[in-house]
Amino acid sequence: MTPWQRATMALTLLAIDPQSLGGVVVRARSGPARDALLAGAAKLPMPSVRLHPHMTAQVLDGDIDLSATLSGGTLVKQRGLLDRLPSLFILPMAERIDPYMSARLGQALDAGHSHALLALDEGSEDAQTVPPALSDRTAFHVTLDHVAMADLSAIPLPENLSVLRRSARKVIVPPAVLSDLVTLAVSLGISSLRAPTFALNAAQTHAAWQDRDTLTADDVAIAVALVYAHRATQMPHDDATENTPQDANQDSQPQDQPFSIPKDILLDAIKAVLPPNLLANLDAQTSKRAAGVGSGAKRISNRRGRPLPARTGSKASAARVDLIATLRAAIPWQTLRKNAEPARIGPIFRQSDLRHKCYQTLSDRLLIFTVDASGSAAMARLAEAKGAVELLLSEAYARRDHVALIAFRGTDADLILPPTRSLVQTKKRLAALPGGGGTPLAAGLTAALALAQTTTQKGLTPTIVLLTDGRANVALDGTGNRKLAATDAQLIAKKINAARVEAIVIDTTMRPERALQELAQTMDATYIPLPRADAKGVSAAISTSLGS
Amino acid sequence: MKHPFPFSAIVGQDEMKQAMILTAIDPSIGGVLVFGERGTGKSTAVRALAGLLPPISVVKDCPVNCAQPEDCPDWAVINEISTHDVPTPVIDLPLGASEDRVTGALDIEKALTKGEKAFQPGLLAQANRGYLYIDEVNLLEDHIVDLLLDVAQSGENVVEREGLSIRHPARFVLVGSGNPEEGELRPQLLDRFGLSVDVVSPTHIEDRVDVIKRRDSYDNDHSAFMLRWQAEDAALRDRIVTARQTLKDLKTPDSALRTVAELCINLGSDGLRGELTLLKAARAFAAFRNDTVLTTAHIRATAALALRHRLRRDPLDEAGSGARVDRIVAETLDA
Repeated sequence: MTPWQRATMALTLLAIDPQSLGGVVVRARSGPARDALLAGAAKLPMPSVRLHPHMTAQVLDGDIDLSATLSGGTLVKQRGLLDRLPSLFILPMAERIDPYMSARLGQALDAGHSHALLALDEGSEDAQTVPPALSDRTAFHVTLDHVAMADLSAIPLPENLSVLRRSARKVIVPPAVLSDLVTLAVSLGISSLRAPTFALNAAQTHAAWQDRDTLTADDVAIAVALVYAHRATQMPHDDATENTPQDANQDSQPQDQPFSIPKDILLDAIKAVLPPNLLANLDAQTSKRAAGVGSGAKRISNRRGRPLPARTGSKASAARVDLIATLRAAIPWQTLRKNAEPARIGPIFRQSDLRHKCYQTLSDRLLIFTVDASGSAAMARLAEAKGAVELLLSEAYARRDHVALIAFRGTDADLILPPTRSLVQTKKRLAALPGGGGTPLAAGLTAALALAQTTTQKGLTPTIVLLTDGRANVALDGTGNRKLAATDAQLIAKKINAARVEAIVIDTTMRPERALQELAQTMDATYIPLPRADAKGVSAAISTSLGS
Repeated sequence: MKHPFPFSAIVGQDEMKQAMILTAIDPSIGGVLVFGERGTGKSTAVRALAGLLPPISVVKDCPVNCAQPEDCPDWAVINEISTHDVPTPVIDLPLGASEDRVTGALDIEKALTKGEKAFQPGLLAQANRGYLYIDEVNLLEDHIVDLLLDVAQSGENVVEREGLSIRHPARFVLVGSGNPEEGELRPQLLDRFGLSVDVVSPTHIEDRVDVIKRRDSYDNDHSAFMLRWQAEDAALRDRIVTARQTLKDLKTPDSALRTVAELCINLGSDGLRGELTLLKAARAFAAFRNDTVLTTAHIRATAALALRHRLRRDPLDEAGSGARVDRIVAETLDA
């Protein structure tokens, strides 16, 4: 199947049975291919509603229509977008949806109101995707990245959709198919049980469309291709190879690696010592630096925080109406207004009287851990660096900070963990972080800066925590050139300073590294040499204190 | 809208089902927290719970579901003093819910049109004597969490805002579900849940096939499926009602109290809430089993449910330290 055929198939099946298939995630930038798909979606037998990733709860769930209520004198409620007849929700920029809205949408899809979702994922990088809460609830995933104009064709939807839907439910499922679907899901590493259900429904729908009353291998194959392909987290493997992976590794390693040092070393985190309250102390600095910048640590919120005086505002905002302030604003005008409208009972309000509550809150902080996992660091103190990150993480946990993890080694940097509050996940990824290869310090800093800038736009206040030995030896272009690498790193450090991103540099070398101190100065970052505290020393100290 | 998926038809997930049954027997246990991956039937189980609970008798027109007319709050307008049976309320607290919607607020309609100061009850009022369900509880906004903590502890909702001064009873069983990969739960809120369960997808292929089969016949052969399983739900409901009676006469020997205390000390769980909850859960479990005396077996069976989220945990430790609880339970009880 070409991508476009895949898209056509997904949309056709969705048109027949939108209720049990949930919807489709389309990963594509806006362009002719996406437009063609949307034109096809418009023909679905249900009203379509366009959502926006930052819609407020009031718009989704409905609220009092204040202006209509005020002018009419009776309560007028606005219906929420989610509270309507079975509809197709079209969600552009789905990768930018905030967690609350995605949870709310997920609930709406679950609630059995027969809604369907068409999520348009415009993410430019691999890390930017539709939240799993939504992609798990939609059967299909379609990528239109490499579709040429020539491939496009109008999507012909079958005429008798409702007839097909009814017959789809009656398609006979051979008993073996069910266990095949489930086994396959397990072997592909798909743990959610929604996937096999979707696959079964898709297969039945496809059979009905092809005018069959029993499932055939063909239907199942197409359903599996459409439903499982994007969910798979592992390649299925035979039991034979599964039993002997260790032997195979041992055999192959000496051939691949003539050196005595294995390329990737996994090290467990060990205890490290850091100055207490490192993050807390940073606070004062953060607010000082952020003053005057648009994306400061303080921002005006309409839901929580320290109360500020009420303000006039737009009626569409999610802000709460401050009734007392509104009344106060309206009272002086009552006599005049009563004269103009003698028939009205009670106080008369105008739109201009409305006052909204305002709060000031601190924006959430994001700690971007940028960890040097290169060979030189791994040999020296990667385990301790991991320990240090863990210490900082538990401090972050207490402060409800978000964390992200970037590791650089070899020739470039990877975003190991996109911003999250889940420490379980952070710890897992951190433990599984291997070390080895060159030190592309500049690439690591570039990745950290890019993440800092995108998250600032989302309203977080990022701080880069760099753990490295500072011995950069891979330049930005991937070549192994010590001098160029150092120059590149200085260049990016200047950029970080210019972008006014807060940073901490933790030196993981045996003795403080001069070059790294200079780098920290360029970044205007706090420089901390990681004190020496190997696990042995710590346990020795403890046992002495216990013994005495 | 269709009937929710029947409780008894949920395949496996015995621990989660047991936890929910225990809170149905003794609501004072204080709720269930269900943490697990996506697509493991968390929300299905909670929504199914409504069909399982015996009805409660409430005063008609009472906004907070009071059993006796004299319990009704003074601000409520009661037109008719008579009681009727209603299903136990299971109220959804949507993630985006505003503070007004949760606690109740000034009735804007009456304020704007008639100039009257009246109170419009919120979700906490509706959930009184029932269940309050929060899906994706770990994504709930902090200010709503603060509100819930306060009310869940005191059992009373106090509204002091916009010139209103209202209080009404709000005793409810808090049920939360969430995916730990999407965020942590504040320890304070974690502690308010009586029992906690970690759910995972069934590991046996046959179980998974059963899940898909039942889901399919629920969707496509609805009435026959409901007929088949509603009978089982009804049997379970009767067992819960019987257990509530048994619970009243259940004997708790001092040795059992000692065991519970010892267990909590060995685990180093914070505060006495853990001990109380474990005791209540074990008693409810004994009642469900139709036993007359609380024994070590009951404590053993419920220890992990009641204690695993209360350990003074390293925040970096894997959530839900069930294995640690099991080990210490074995050490304490077998010693």
